[in-house]
Amino acid sequence: MLGMSANSVSYNEQGSVESGVDAAQENSSIPGSISSGGAASSLFSADYKKNEDLKEMLESNKESLKLEAMKRIVGLIAKGKNASELFPAVVKNVASKNIELKKLVYVYLVRYAEEQQDLALLSISTFQRALKDPNQLIRASALRVLSSIRVPIIVPIMMLAIKEAATDLSPYVRKTAAHAIQKLYSLDPDQKEHLIEVIEKLLKDKSTLVAGSVVMAFEEVCPDRIDLIHKNYRKLCNLLVDVEEWGQVVIIHMLTRYARTQFVSPWREDAVFDENSAKAFYDSEEERRVDQSKPYIMDPDHRLLLRNTKPLLQSRNTAVVMAVSQLYWHLAPKHELSIITKSLVRLLRSHREVQYIVLQNIATMSIQRKGMFEPFMKSFYVRSTDATHIKTLKLEILTNLANEANISTILREFQTYVKSQDKAFAAATIQAIGCCATNISEVTDTCLNGLVLLLSNRDETVVAESVVVIKKLLQTQPSQHSDIIKHMAKLFDNITVPMARASILWLMGEYCEHVPKIAPDVLRKMAKTFTDEEDIVKLQIVNLAAKLYLTNSKQTKLLTQYILNLGKYDQNYDIRDRTRFIRQLIVPNEKSGALSKYARRILMAPKPAPVLQSAFKDRDRFQLGTLSHTLNSQASGYLELSDWPAVAPDQSVRNVEVKETGAPALSKSKHAKSNEKFYSDSEEEDGEEEEGSNSEDSSSSSSEESVSESESEENSDDSNKSSSSQSEKSSSESDSEKKKTLKNKKPQQQKLDSKDRKQKNGNAVKVESRSESESGSESSSSESSSESGSELDSDSDSGTDQKKNTKPKPVQSKPVIKKVEKKEVSLLDLDDFSPVPVTTPKSSILSPNLLSDLQGLLISPTASALQASSPVFVPETSHELLHRMTGKGLSAQYRFTRQPCIYGNSMVSLQLTLSNSTDQALENIHISEKSSTGQNIHRFNAIERLEPQASVTVSMGVDFNDSTQAANFQLCTKEDEFSVSIQPAVGELLLPITMSEADFTKEQGKLVGMNESSATITMTPENVSSQSVNRKVVSVANLGVIPSGQENIYRFSGKTVSSGSLVLVSVVLKDPDAVITINTEKTVMGSMLLRQVKTALTNSGP
Amino acid sequence: MIHSLFLISNAGDLFLEKHWKSVISRSVCDYFFEAREKAVEPDNVPPVIRTPHHYLINIYREKIFFKLMFLFSKLGVCFIVDVLYRMCADYFGECSETTIKDNVVIVYELLEEMLDNGFPLATESNILKELIRPPTILRSMVNTITGSSNVGETLPTGQLSTIPWRRAGVKYTNNEAYFDVVEEIDAILDKSGTTVFAEIQGVIDACVKLSGMPDLTLSFMNPRLLDDVSFHPCVRYKRWESERVIAFIPPDGNFQLMSYHISAQNLVAIPVYVKQNISFFETGSSGRLDITVGPKQTMGKTLECLVVTVHMPKVVLSANLSATQGTYNYDPVTKILVWDIGKLNPQKLPNLKGSLSLQSGAPKPEENPSLNIDLKIQQLAISGLKVNRLDVYGEKYKPFKGVKYVTKAGKFQVRT
Repeated sequence: MLGMSANSVSYNEQGSVESGVDAAQENSSIPGSISSGGAASSLFSADYKKNEDLKEMLESNKESLKLEAMKRIVGLIAKGKNASELFPAVVKNVASKNIELKKLVYVYLVRYAEEQQDLALLSISTFQRALKDPNQLIRASALRVLSSIRVPIIVPIMMLAIKEAATDLSPYVRKTAAHAIQKLYSLDPDQKEHLIEVIEKLLKDKSTLVAGSVVMAFEEVCPDRIDLIHKNYRKLCNLLVDVEEWGQVVIIHMLTRYARTQFVSPWREDAVFDENSAKAFYDSEEERRVDQSKPYIMDPDHRLLLRNTKPLLQSRNTAVVMAVSQLYWHLAPKHELSIITKSLVRLLRSHREVQYIVLQNIATMSIQRKGMFEPFMKSFYVRSTDATHIKTLKLEILTNLANEANISTILREFQTYVKSQDKAFAAATIQAIGCCATNISEVTDTCLNGLVLLLSNRDETVVAESVVVIKKLLQTQPSQHSDIIKHMAKLFDNITVPMARASILWLMGEYCEHVPKIAPDVLRKMAKTFTDEEDIVKLQIVNLAAKLYLTNSKQTKLLTQYILNLGKYDQNYDIRDRTRFIRQLIVPNEKSGALSKYARRILMAPKPAPVLQSAFKDRDRFQLGTLSHTLNSQASGYLELSDWPAVAPDQSVRNVEVKETGAPALSKSKHAKSNEKFYSDSEEEDGEEEEGSNSEDSSSSSSEESVSESESEENSDDSNKSSSSQSEKSSSESDSEKKKTLKNKKPQQQKLDSKDRKQKNGNAVKVESRSESESGSESSSSESSSESGSELDSDSDSGTDQKKNTKPKPVQSKPVIKKVEKKEVSLLDLDDFSPVPVTTPKSSILSPNLLSDLQGLLISPTASALQASSPVFVPETSHELLHRMTGKGLSAQYRFTRQPCIYGNSMVSLQLTLSNSTDQALENIHISEKSSTGQNIHRFNAIERLEPQASVTVSMGVDFNDSTQAANFQLCTKEDEFSVSIQPAVGELLLPITMSEADFTKEQGKLVGMNESSATITMTPENVSSQSVNRKVVSVANLGVIPSGQENIYRFSGKTVSSGSLVLVSVVLKDPDAVITINTEKTVMGSMLLRQVKTALTNSGP
Repeated sequence: MIHSLFLISNAGDLFLEKHWKSVISRSVCDYFFEAREKAVEPDNVPPVIRTPHHYLINIYREKIFFKLMFLFSKLGVCFIVDVLYRMCADYFGECSETTIKDNVVIVYELLEEMLDNGFPLATESNILKELIRPPTILRSMVNTITGSSNVGETLPTGQLSTIPWRRAGVKYTNNEAYFDVVEEIDAILDKSGTTVFAEIQGVIDACVKLSGMPDLTLSFMNPRLLDDVSFHPCVRYKRWESERVIAFIPPDGNFQLMSYHISAQNLVAIPVYVKQNISFFETGSSGRLDITVGPKQTMGKTLECLVVTVHMPKVVLSANLSATQGTYNYDPVTKILVWDIGKLNPQKLPNLKGSLSLQSGAPKPEENPSLNIDLKIQQLAISGLKVNRLDVYGEKYKPFKGVKYVTKAGKFQVRT
């Protein structure tokens, strides 16, 4: 503390008055902070020194003293203290030989040069000299500092230095030059034109080191000069994998903007995609052409971008993953979007700040594309340790994801949240329940009842929020809910939150005709307390009075008058205004004129229900992942994404001309680039649609590749040597390639007929860009040359040989017309690492016991012993119901959803997928009324029209009466009728329940003798683990797993769907044998189940 | 991009500031202090605060607020969050207020190197370590005597090379490569012990000390298990796609090779079960607590470092409990009950039992607190992932190789 006061005194003596005051303030604001700053130096000097001492130290001859002084000065800067009066002493050391000292001086200069411009000029000549230094590190850091010192006089010097550095041999210096461009631009925007020239030059740079920085400069200085990008577009796409992470982010964002201006939208309504080539085989190509007036063909450059960014989803850098995700979101065809899901969900494991951003983006996405995140719904479950803003975002997403199939699960989850200690979060959950209720009409009543139960909650905020939500819900459902309103009227006295009181009053008024007895009574009570209410409540009292006056003037005339009088003299002008207005409107007098005749129609007009919608509804106007999106308002410097152009601009602008004469030079420069690339996987995924036919080639060549790669790796003792030799090799190779492509191009173009010209052009471009990227990858990671050779051959074939050229054509154009979206990836590249996420079973089934679920909202700790639970495992397999051939183009598949059926307690719920594989729409698909067997079937609503190639998923319920007898029924279209039957496996006739271990043993004890069936089997060794036993059993039968205390006993329980009889299964492992015991009243089912469990456990394999 | 950086301690002490463009007055932090006051928990401070001229990004780690200011923000916010995190995690190992204060000059130099004009320049810790050598006691002694410096004199080779993460000319007398497969179980269990949600997050941490430029290939017995992976930039993505092996030229020293995710689609083995009964009485302002922990699916391994943490409701004043094993501690300020069990003995299950006393007069809490469980199982990757072999190409020597498996509880929560 002594040192501190001394310090401020010395400031006052030496520095200007102003700085002295500054320092004093600073010091007082951070008490005691000087002590830690001195900590490092206190090692060497016993007492704290004043700035005077620092000056002396700087002027001494000893390097170590100077260094020590500089360290302390930097320490002062770091703490935000003013050290500017030391400037003259410091600047003398700028030419020091000691590199550390020099660096510290640089740090100081950059901080204070702006304030002491004249003195800063003294240092400039040193930098100019350093710019010519043979050491690239020194050149670069000199440029860095020179461009950072923000002194306007040196703008010309900076300009000169930048121009020079931009042609430096060292890529590191060129990178620094790119950074300097932005700094100069912010210092003097008049230099823009000159700077753009430099940017143009640097954009052509082939070094991965420079790419990111120069694109950053481009974004800062001239983001609108899209024309500069054209020629570099393909290069940037190909380099992208090798650019350092931060550069990738910048480039991806820039390319997203670029692509939006250059390519046509892949999302056109009429452009439906069909990657499912199996289907295309059956339909003749010509027909397809007829209905598709103009099929969408993705620009190969557009595809190139998507393909090259895809591997970056695996980056460890969250910013890169986010950038790629937004690129896919904004650019990719809708059906390819699903690949980003997993990566985004992965980011949720990151720190809370990242989580916050990612969740926001997911929230926006999930509004438009529910399906994307539905399989990962559980990843958005809230933990009690999450921060509040994370919790609310997760809630938002869960609400967005809710649909008929999963609503029961989500509501059950919500019910846990409502009880949260975090009251703000509990309130948000209630809002979310309201949202679900409006969005999914099937559960509205259930939710409403659940919310009514919440009204008796002890916590006020919860009650208030429920009232508000109920009000909104009742408004959307103006049917008879008078009992709910009555209930609320009863609770009214206990509710104190103004918003809730106001909501109840409004409801009373709005539906006063439904509650003719209660409403006037409430008004009477309110008249008494009017003066004590909050403003918002007062307004609603006036409203209620007016409405009652109109409907029931006999009882309420006096009351209304009284309330209006009270309102007239209220302190709040809003209330006075409202009272005056209402009085004029409803009380007829000579002045009131025409309006009062319409009073009833004005006040009692049917009001449109409020739309409960997500706060993220319109966020998608901002580019995802940007600050503007996070804030939901335009941040400064935000560059808007343009809409897709209606017609694609000329795509030839991106062609890089290849001059025959200039070929050697060009290829040489390419090596320079390709040397720098390390793992450029530019030709990944040949399984993409354009090369669907090539997939065989690539798979066979990949094995070759691995061999040759490992070979080369073995003998590359010295990587430098080998890479140089490789580059030599590849130089010759790529030369020949170049020539080949050139040759190929010529005949091709001659033979093109004018109609197809455009598409062909694209192909030619493709070949060229391919050869380029291959040469890169060859020389760098020495992928097998054989692969690229074969690859190239197959491509060039299509160019040279006219016969062959016609053959691949249909194959190429076929995939463009796709319709069934999902199958696309799985068909072509099963091994692809990021497949379409396995869609978890979506049943459009609602459970009838939702109400009972929601009853849990009420705080009652009594948990019943037998609880229905959600299925542990839902099989993905679906069974054929109607084959396409027998169904005359209509095919149907069914799947057991294992959810409780909403149509009836004793029904098994099924999900039916109907697809139309004809080329005409099928109309009026339904299940015929007459059912041949005795089963009770809940039919799905008739589908009026099923478009060609479209498919629809519906749900139905069948009561199998706990028997495996098949359910037979007629599936009808407008013209035809098909008999179909559903044969359930015994395991599907069950519903899982959970109980405690003790209950299980108790129940098991009751079901002995005839009701018990057991068998001993020998387990295959791989089945012995607990995981596999559990998995096997639950996949055979829809049973709940009971947590077991003993390691070798596994217990499962369920009940039959129709009669609700208990089914208890236990598996006891006695190495190597296992005893399976099944206890149930339904002995037939028991024995069938036993057989199935037995086979499942004895079979090996998954 | 990033305009300025302020570091603020949990107590609200602003102890470091750095500006990459022109200087911004520290008064801008007042907006932050305002928000900090509003949010009760430091966790709840909004990550982005908007002020008239700047946007403030708040990052909270280890009780320090990293706070950034910036004017232009063309790129995502993620970006900035990442740079900073990388800095504290990679460079210091431990990043606390004291270490930063002690090394203020080095931190400042680092920040200078990491960003230029607010744009990340070098974030690879290997490069940074060459530019500015990390402080060690020995080096600081030597420096004092000889007057040499901590600053590297030449451009790090990595910066220019095609493999920026590895420096050239690495030499070791003992060549070793160790891999740690660390898996964390994220799970939510409900009252009855049923799994609501469970998944496994794994990382493979590597410590590779090999001379020269080795090219390693790591393969798994069961690579199909891995659902979603992300790699260190050194891993050749294509080899993974085609052959499911991890081929890479490793950085020198410690690094995280990959992280992976095993989704909720598979059944996740839950190694522990908890029997709990926490109840609060309507009258008498007290409550009961009874927790028993036992092993479930442990594959024959022992559970270690078992800790149960309970965030009690605000009204709980004190706890009077007795534990059959381990020690418990209730902090009446933070309302956190921590029961440190240690090693789990399957023969004698640990139990914590006793009464809780509540604030008198306050209504009883509605929700029972959920339990967070922490545990560790050595020599086991709960997903069953197994490393098959590690091959070294490109170098002649035979390195010493080792793989270690550990399973931990991640965000493991039991609802009550």
